[in-house]
Amino acid sequence: MSDPLLAIDGLTVRLEVRGARRAVLRDVALTVRAGEALGLVGESGSGKSMTARAIDRLLPRGAEVDGTIRFDGRDVHALSGPDLRRFRSQVAMIFQDPRAHVNPVRRIGDYVTEALRTNLGASPADASRRAADMLAQVGIEGGPRRLRQYPHELSGGMLQRVMIAAALLTEPRLLLADEPTTALDVTTQAEVMAILDELRHEYGLAMLFITHDLELAAAICDRTAVMYAGQIVEIRESGRLHDDPLHPYTAALAAARPDITRAAGRLRAIPGRPLSAFEAPAGECAFAPRCPHVRDACRAGPPPLAELGGGLSRCVRAHELRGKLGEPANA
Amino acid sequence: MPDRDRAQVLEVTSLRKEFGDLVAVDDVSFSIPEAGSLAIVGESGSGKTTIARMIVGLERPSGGSITACGHDRSRPARSLADRRRRGREVQIVFQDPYTSLDPRQTAEGAIDEVLRLHHGWPAGRRRARVAELTDLVGLDERQSRALPRALSGGQRQRVAIARALAAQPRILILDESVAALDVSIQAQVLNLLADIRDETGVSYILISHDLAVVRQLADTTIVLRRGQVVEQGPTARVLDDPRHAYTRLLRDCVPRPGWKPTRQLARASASAGQADPDKEAPRG
Repeated sequence: MSDPLLAIDGLTVRLEVRGARRAVLRDVALTVRAGEALGLVGESGSGKSMTARAIDRLLPRGAEVDGTIRFDGRDVHALSGPDLRRFRSQVAMIFQDPRAHVNPVRRIGDYVTEALRTNLGASPADASRRAADMLAQVGIEGGPRRLRQYPHELSGGMLQRVMIAAALLTEPRLLLADEPTTALDVTTQAEVMAILDELRHEYGLAMLFITHDLELAAAICDRTAVMYAGQIVEIRESGRLHDDPLHPYTAALAAARPDITRAAGRLRAIPGRPLSAFEAPAGECAFAPRCPHVRDACRAGPPPLAELGGGLSRCVRAHELRGKLGEPANA
Repeated sequence: MPDRDRAQVLEVTSLRKEFGDLVAVDDVSFSIPEAGSLAIVGESGSGKTTIARMIVGLERPSGGSITACGHDRSRPARSLADRRRRGREVQIVFQDPYTSLDPRQTAEGAIDEVLRLHHGWPAGRRRARVAELTDLVGLDERQSRALPRALSGGQRQRVAIARALAAQPRILILDESVAALDVSIQAQVLNLLADIRDETGVSYILISHDLAVVRQLADTTIVLRRGQVVEQGPTARVLDDPRHAYTRLLRDCVPRPGWKPTRQLARASASAGQADPDKEAPRG
């Protein structure tokens, strides 16, 4: 097998919060192959957005970073000058709230063509023509007119498609998508996901798809990584995540969601609340305080991310619990 | 109809709201029995929040009537006593637990203020009730005495629910109240809401875009599109056997194992009568 496009190893990030150094990511390791979609799922504070920010070198000032992030074999945090610019044109990012990431007083065209003009030196006329073509690909007709409009003239769903068009214009090899459909209506979400999925395959684009929605990640990603308290607790082929989860947290997360096909007497809520990396116990399994399967062994030390059944699980009882985690569903 | 024998705590008839030329709510009628729960489902701009705002009294209907606990509330309250009575009939919990609380008020303080205003009880009785309510929503002593900034989103939403319940309303409107919560916390709050209904007999109006949440909590469901009801019935029937193309579309857009998003879905959206996404009305 060829080298992965993106390889993260032993990534630990500490931020300064009110005078104290606090870990937000602990020993994160993952790979994304060229053209592959990896889902990154977790609740608030799990570190999923911070992972994307670390990849794109968008960490807050003063962040302390250990471990390596390699893109196409090169250490991302060592890049500078032309290499950094080249990296930036190959890794595009789209965010949850498109309105917060466009300048409201500049026209759509300025935003969409900016990278083409400044990074790749395209002429304004050429950039506009390519931008209009790309808008058509994300399902926005009347491109030249759209490019003259302002952000407030477009709906949220359309603005998100504009973001996608802008991200794809520089022909990136990796797309970092941070909850790109969370603020959208379900029908708009389905459309935006369809567009992303289609164009991703067409351009052979790899994607790191960050979401709180396990079902959404599983539906559109080849593999899914589940994060808890700044760590990856499971990585699994998406198709098997639901029926054969390898970590109790993954199973608990799936079981806690209400089901559209039937009402449960009671939902199987996870006691307590999701912890941030710095709140979680350090000398034991981070999920132990909330885990229904906890034993003394779980408190003995932090479990490693170990291979099992073609996936990875950070649970010392994973082997023993295999096949028993998927059920029972809500009573 | 199973609900004919039970007293209806809320009746909404031919409700209408116009904003200039836009008809935001068009001829909407429904009723809710005691301890019942009704979901209003729809996408942005469907008019679901406008209906909630009219019921709670934040928006004046252009037509139709709203009757809660036998009292008309489609016209503004005429006296302070009238206004307070309305507050004891209907309360609302908003979506965002980060902006719906006073940052300088503790949970206890917020609940106590409502008790003083609505019931005029002496301090001892209020203290006991504050303890009951914080216990009911699962806040511990430290959390009850903390300012909102020291609480998580889920804990703040519990404070907002306890504060709404302090008025002892007959109807509680939940306007996307669990949408912003983490999955593991959302399950806790949904279980809590079911318990509260069993204990107090309160009725819920659940405003939501999340059909799985609707399935879990609501007996009946109204599907709203562009201000009009396209489908209405028992939740299980509406979701299992939708009769309107738009309801089917909403259901088919929910990710689940084996789900694949396709642009056909979006085209179906246009044929279900939704605005062509490319011709969406501009937002202001």
